[in-house]
Amino acid sequence: MAMDQWNRRTWMKGVGATGASLALGGWSDLVLAQKPLTIGMIYVGPKDDFGYNQSHYEAAMAIKAMPGIKMVGEENVPETQAVQKTMQGMIAQDGASLVFPTSFGYFNPHILEVAKKYPDVRFSHCGGLWDAAKHPKNVGSFFGYIDECQYLNGVIAGHMTKSKKIGFVAAKPIPQVLRNINAFTLGAKSVHPDITCSVIFTGDWSMPVKEAEATNSLADQGVDVFTMHVDGPKVIVETAAKRGKFVCGYHASQAKLAPNAYLTGAEWNWVTPYKQIVEAARTGKPHPNFMRGGLKEGYVKTSPYGAMVPEGARKAADAVKAAMLKDEFEIFKGELKDNTGKVVIPKGTVMKQTDVALEGMNWLVEGVIGKV
Amino acid sequence: MAVAPNPTPPAVAVSSTPGTPRVPVWPEVVDAIGLPVLALAGAVLLFGGFVWLGGVDPVETWVLLFQGAFGDAFSWQNTLQRAAPLMLTALCVALPQRAGLMVIGGEGALVLGGLACAALPLMMPLPAGAAGTALALLAAALMGAAWIALAGVLRQYRGVNETIGSLLMSYMAIGLFKHAVEGPLRDPASLNKPSTLPLPEGNLLGLLPGMEVHWGLVWGVVACVLSALWLFGSTHGFATRVVGGNARAARLVGLPSHRLIITACALGGACAGLAGGIEVAAVHTAANASLIVGLGYTGILVSFVARHNPVAIVPVAVLFGGFGSAGSLLQRRLDLPDASVMVLQGFAFVLILAAEAGRGKLSAWQQARVAQQTAGPVATAPHETSRMRLARERAERLATRLAEAARRHAA
Repeated sequence: MAMDQWNRRTWMKGVGATGASLALGGWSDLVLAQKPLTIGMIYVGPKDDFGYNQSHYEAAMAIKAMPGIKMVGEENVPETQAVQKTMQGMIAQDGASLVFPTSFGYFNPHILEVAKKYPDVRFSHCGGLWDAAKHPKNVGSFFGYIDECQYLNGVIAGHMTKSKKIGFVAAKPIPQVLRNINAFTLGAKSVHPDITCSVIFTGDWSMPVKEAEATNSLADQGVDVFTMHVDGPKVIVETAAKRGKFVCGYHASQAKLAPNAYLTGAEWNWVTPYKQIVEAARTGKPHPNFMRGGLKEGYVKTSPYGAMVPEGARKAADAVKAAMLKDEFEIFKGELKDNTGKVVIPKGTVMKQTDVALEGMNWLVEGVIGKV
Repeated sequence: MAVAPNPTPPAVAVSSTPGTPRVPVWPEVVDAIGLPVLALAGAVLLFGGFVWLGGVDPVETWVLLFQGAFGDAFSWQNTLQRAAPLMLTALCVALPQRAGLMVIGGEGALVLGGLACAALPLMMPLPAGAAGTALALLAAALMGAAWIALAGVLRQYRGVNETIGSLLMSYMAIGLFKHAVEGPLRDPASLNKPSTLPLPEGNLLGLLPGMEVHWGLVWGVVACVLSALWLFGSTHGFATRVVGGNARAARLVGLPSHRLIITACALGGACAGLAGGIEVAAVHTAANASLIVGLGYTGILVSFVARHNPVAIVPVAVLFGGFGSAGSLLQRRLDLPDASVMVLQGFAFVLILAAEAGRGKLSAWQQARVAQQTAGPVATAPHETSRMRLARERAERLATRLAEAARRHAA
């Protein structure tokens, strides 16, 4: 009986699909309508890290809930031959035709190697700089201007700090991270120009012990509001809360970990680029090769304010956010000096968020205590 | 080292005790192969129970385990690819262990080997093709050899425990590596992933013909076989094992224990350094933090499960590679967390080591049966079990070769 039903349903679907495809005038649409799209998700760390990997996992689950999607995933995949084999396995064993290898280090050489072998499979990488001259058409990169949210974190931090000292625990002095540190500091300085931001680099993306040490050492120096750029902010959030300090989150919401210390946070909203990439794959449109977006495009979002954030601070941050959403606010504009006194953006120059020069940032803005 | 070599080596009885019935060797063979296989089967069975507790079908899990690791050509290549670096890093534990040292800092030799391989073309122009690759890999091996030899020197001349010393040195190595890659050797074009300049295209290590596995696999197997030949087939290797068995006794018969120990460390380090070089030349093309993924530490497990036997390292590394590729499939098909494969690995590791307790039981039983058949239970009182016989024969051979080594050294 079950068999009969299955047959009838398939037949009905087939008729429906044929009708639709005839209406659209394409045989390939029939195939597309019947076959689910298999997507492979690859994470460099645990899916529930309260950080970077979780931000991708949450978006992936939203995509998985869409009809006609089959999803396979693998966590803790190192940036070695292992990720090449995982991608190949997803394609060969699971039939994936769209792969999201989410860690920055997967791009060169791993994705580029595998993409050469499977020209019909689409690869969407998070964070990389896809270059039309060098990279294949079936590879693409997407990323968000999360420094906008870090600027808003900074505005809230500027209102909340009593010591006028805020702190940033960072992984490595690379452009993406420096841009966040500078945006956070500029946001705070927009409230009180004499605020300083102390930075500690831990040296790698996931160093829980060093992250705790850095947080404690900054707290000892009088820092009373923290934020960070590491893969899993859990340890920093919990340590800062334990020390009775405030914290602004990063990657995903850590509000659950420290409800009394969590002011707000800079979160990814990967579901926006994911949806566009998945739709393109389903309808056979060209693969989106280079995608960037900020608050306005819905690539990033802010965590809801904690109860302790006063009305005045909320209003100030919301005003900047509204301007950002209307494309009327730029973070990096002249005259801007770095923390050695050198002018890095001359007077009168306004750098748009989309300026690729910002993706090569190698300076720390005036007010940051730390060295690249 | 003031001990004069014994001028008249002691006479050694080579004949076996007369009157003892000959006992077949097959129980030992069954032990060597059967015990680990039984232990593995037990681990897989236990793992089935473990996933069943979590509401996952154990039979489907077993099928996927096999399919992921050894099910088809793709799985085999996946497994072999993962096994290749483990063979070399395991040798970094096994070779010093044979000389009596427990070195666990292979990770340091690996990352510095990778760095040396990537840095060589910056210092001198490499000839294109295989010659250049060989030079870069040689630099990697020398770097690794120097690093682990240093741990051996510290132990022999300064009394620094080599286990702790080599482990701490590997943290230093990682620090040095990061400093070089993010500082003086950084390719300015590597913005968000600090790396050295990539190796010239012509010097990269390619894939084996017709396979999706790079040449590192061949290097690994060859290194294991050469190590076994050296350890079990050469006087130098034998002397090293004597030092490993009892360094004092070895010194007594005039063996240069310091030199032998440090050489064994250097050879092990060369293997780990080579592993790092191969990772750079065959996978990453440049040295960067992706090299630091714990291959050196997994090598410790591999060497222990292989009982520090270079030949056994090959299948054990393949087994660990299989765990990796099976884990990949399990995650994708059953949505099991990555940690579940660690559980399976843990079961296998504990059971294989525990199964050692069963070694010799079979031959003892066989011996008792043979004795009963020949003379009845009463007459077997002073019998020699096959395990005792093997031990005695081994001791006799050892004494002969010791005397020979001492004589040769004196001459």
